[in-house]
Amino acid sequence: MRLIYFLITGILFGIVMTKSEAISWFRIQEMFRFQSFHMYGIIGVAVVAGALIHFLIKKTRFKNITGELIDFKDKPKTYKASLFGGTFFGLGWALTGACPGPLYTLVGHGYFIVLVIIASALIGTLVYGALRKKLPH
Amino acid sequence: MLEFFSQSWHWSISGAMIAFVMLLLIFFGQRFGVSSSFRALCSIGGAGKKIDYFNYNWKSHSWLLTFIVGSMIGGGIASTVLASPEPVQISQSTIDDLSELGIKTPSTMEEGAGFLPTDVFNFDSLLSLKGMIVIILGGFLIGFGTRWAGGCTSGHAITGLSNLQLPSLVAVIGFFIGGLVMTHLLFPIIFSL
Repeated sequence: MRLIYFLITGILFGIVMTKSEAISWFRIQEMFRFQSFHMYGIIGVAVVAGALIHFLIKKTRFKNITGELIDFKDKPKTYKASLFGGTFFGLGWALTGACPGPLYTLVGHGYFIVLVIIASALIGTLVYGALRKKLPH
Repeated sequence: MLEFFSQSWHWSISGAMIAFVMLLLIFFGQRFGVSSSFRALCSIGGAGKKIDYFNYNWKSHSWLLTFIVGSMIGGGIASTVLASPEPVQISQSTIDDLSELGIKTPSTMEEGAGFLPTDVFNFDSLLSLKGMIVIILGGFLIGFGTRWAGGCTSGHAITGLSNLQLPSLVAVIGFFIGGLVMTHLLFPIIFSL
């Protein structure tokens, strides 16, 4: 596993997150107020193009860089966790206007206050880890 | 060339580029999902000694931590070399709605790039109840919610939906329940504090 590949892909991702304006708190507000197609267009194109990618990889038995067949694992069928956890995340997404990818990108822009959001997210993760066995999944 | 990259991109190009990032990660032997990094960071901090969930080989996520460092560098490049000449163009109806909540949308670069409302997102505002809710509670909900749901926008909305995963569709429905409740029911209360 050559980490340089992931560094370069990450740099591209940071540029894409910025130029798509998906890192904008205001764009997320537009989305949750249904006042612009912008974010829906981005996610919609990404999902359709992604579905095509998944389809073609499976159909052509496309191999990855190490020559292995690509194995797509199914997401665990924990529907309660998806719904309840997803709702909690949605509340936080609207408040901070950022999902995890954009959080890191915003730090690179020099918005150091976002480090406090990330630190709080780590505390949220710790609490989830501690309560995990008591939560519905 | 540089001019093209400096402008903000059309949503169709942005969407295709996100799918391309996903493809690159698949090709390099991994899967696109950013919120797993929170678990890895907690594990690095030693949380595995007390909580079983963090007792795993975080080095399996070293690719993701590298990817994140890259995304910060990419953010730095995008905000300097490739900086857009004008702020994010937000729809007038959103500008009006936000102004009722007391949030100003930047219209010139002097007022801001339109990425974050810096009146709310600053270190001083951590001393106010509103700032604490938006920044600290907001961050907490992101960490708690994404780990409970097993993914965020990248893992569920992009990767999961495009691989036709039903749990991901349920998660995305959850994202919108939470986002709509926050925006339409709770914002008027929080921003009047």
